[in-house]
Amino acid sequence: MQPKLLLLEEEMIIRILDEAYQLLLKPGIKVNNEEARDLLALAGAKVDSETNIVQIPEQIVHKALESTPREFHLYDYEGNPTVRYGGDAVHFDPGSSGITMLNPETLEHDTTETPHLIKLLKVAEQLPQYDAQSTAVVCHDVPQTIQDSYRLYLSLIYSRKPIVTGAFTNKTVTEMIDMLAILAGGHAASREKPRAIFDVCPAPPLIWSNFGAGNLIALARAGVPAEIVSVPLSGAAAPVTMLGTVTQHAAECLAGITIHQLAHAGSPIVWGGAAAIFDMRKGATPMGAVETAMLDCSYAQVAKYIGMPTHTYLGATDSKLVDAQAGLESGISAMIGALSGINMISGSGMLDFLSCHSAEKLVIDAEGISMAKRMLGGVQLHTETLATGFYDHNINFKGGDFLKQKITMQLFRKEQHLPSDVIDRASMRDWKKAGSLDTFERAKVMVTNLLASYKRPEIDPAKLTALHVFMLDLARKAGVESLPLIEDFQPA
Amino acid sequence: MSEELYKEMAQSIIDGDSDIAIELAKKSIELKMHPLETITKGFVIGVNYIGDQFGAGEAFLPELVMAGEAMKAAVAVLEPELLKLGEAREMMGKVVLATVEGDIHEIGKTLVGTMLSASGFEVVDLGVDQPADKIIGKALEINADIIGMSALLTTTMVRQREVIEELDKEGLRPRIKVMVGGAPITRDWVTKIKADGYSEDAIGAVKIAKELVGKADQ
Repeated sequence: MQPKLLLLEEEMIIRILDEAYQLLLKPGIKVNNEEARDLLALAGAKVDSETNIVQIPEQIVHKALESTPREFHLYDYEGNPTVRYGGDAVHFDPGSSGITMLNPETLEHDTTETPHLIKLLKVAEQLPQYDAQSTAVVCHDVPQTIQDSYRLYLSLIYSRKPIVTGAFTNKTVTEMIDMLAILAGGHAASREKPRAIFDVCPAPPLIWSNFGAGNLIALARAGVPAEIVSVPLSGAAAPVTMLGTVTQHAAECLAGITIHQLAHAGSPIVWGGAAAIFDMRKGATPMGAVETAMLDCSYAQVAKYIGMPTHTYLGATDSKLVDAQAGLESGISAMIGALSGINMISGSGMLDFLSCHSAEKLVIDAEGISMAKRMLGGVQLHTETLATGFYDHNINFKGGDFLKQKITMQLFRKEQHLPSDVIDRASMRDWKKAGSLDTFERAKVMVTNLLASYKRPEIDPAKLTALHVFMLDLARKAGVESLPLIEDFQPA
Repeated sequence: MSEELYKEMAQSIIDGDSDIAIELAKKSIELKMHPLETITKGFVIGVNYIGDQFGAGEAFLPELVMAGEAMKAAVAVLEPELLKLGEAREMMGKVVLATVEGDIHEIGKTLVGTMLSASGFEVVDLGVDQPADKIIGKALEINADIIGMSALLTTTMVRQREVIEELDKEGLRPRIKVMVGGAPITRDWVTKIKADGYSEDAIGAVKIAKELVGKADQ
């Protein structure tokens, strides 16, 4: 039995969906992409060509939901299905699109460049808690017009895991789809075994921008998975109530799915988001707030009710340092996400409202994820009798008796998560002997070790060269003659 | 042939599988392999491996204990053969182990006992809540080289000093060496009560015990 957190009664889910459908008609959805409006109009929606507001009748949405896959996988470089979108599968990936990274020595938030992303990729690659990579930070040392494709390029070189990514324009999404096809061995192969999923954001309240809707259409036609990241902010860009926010979230997702399925029925798409409350003192969007996690748990329940795969943004903190606040917000919210059975939970490693990344935080968060996954594993029955079978003739009524049982050796790894050195369970004496390090200092040691033990995956050199040539061409079109030099990658 | 068997023996210890260790020990007797070599070239390799792995954080307590138990089981099969040959496995030394009076915690002490046995010490484990006279009496009875005392509580660790003072009064040191252990034990405490050695875990205890009997290189 997978333990589950449920915040909504079925009756309430039905009400949420009912009102979401009402929102699709009144006030309707503002669709700022001509092709999307045309698709909707063709299907029977009423389009106001002056305001770009579209009224989407329920039956068009139903049809779209019918053609949407209930389940699909992401594949690693070797073609193994390592991420399952659907049901109550739970995966974690590092947060994406940070613009700074915590410098572990100065504690400044440095503007991110190529080496920062490479460092994060190397660390996340070796932590099994992360089933997927993300294009974690923007590299500011390349021209803005290629920053999204360049992130994917680096991820494809340094990782064999599936990748959660996203494009910044309608032009680059196509380029990035082409990059994935190079590694997969063609567009058909890329469609059959997708390596990456693209986050696509509506704008709250109830807007699908030209760029967002354009991305949905391009991804649907390419058969590359899309992940709706709807970002309602309770009290500012969405109703102040949780139920109101979840309802608006549902309306934005339903509209997105409809546009997507109208562009190409059957392409994979995910009900996701980065919902948050709006902090009324600072005007901020706290990702570590418990209400943020509650919104996510709630919208995931709505998604599951209609059989959609799920995504959310949890496991992050608003703290500026990897400190106690970071630990508690990240750990608690990761646990809530896992117990909500959300298929992909993005956000680990991130500080400061998803703007700053930290490799040290990634290794600490990995332990929070392990705790959450252990929780999901539940309390299992491993033996015929619960206890009586343990008390055999060797029992001497001594404390160590059970350490001497074969079954202890067989089962302790199943029953207990064995944490990394980031978690301190040493005696005071041993802890002092090891340098009296706090969590952050221990994480720094682990990051250093992971960077030292990292090995770049073996990727077909012909594909790597083709990828590099493709990226170099994009760079030249963007006005630069070369890409930043990468220490351990010298393409032919 | 014997090389292959040695490897299997080491593996049986690493797997903590007493049944296979016993089976292999019996097989070595049938094959007329020298029992001492069987121990040192076969089984001991496995114990050392697990000890190293434990030290490196790669192996865990159940594996360490099971390896120790498998080692004891194999040696129990081979010891009569050694006696028949008129040889004995060179005994590292004799150890009396106890948790001090007023203290009933013994998981760590029992682990130390298992690892010392597996490493060639003869161990008499008196158990928990043992007064000084009982510990010293047993040490004299078996002509022990080492007394090992554990205490988990700061309130009971003072009993370790009482035993040492008693030994000094009787003039039994340095003939009998004293090792102490337990969660609250620090190097300062060891110096203060003039114990001969202490360790923070069972693997370290084996090393210290070997040093105390002048066999650090074995």
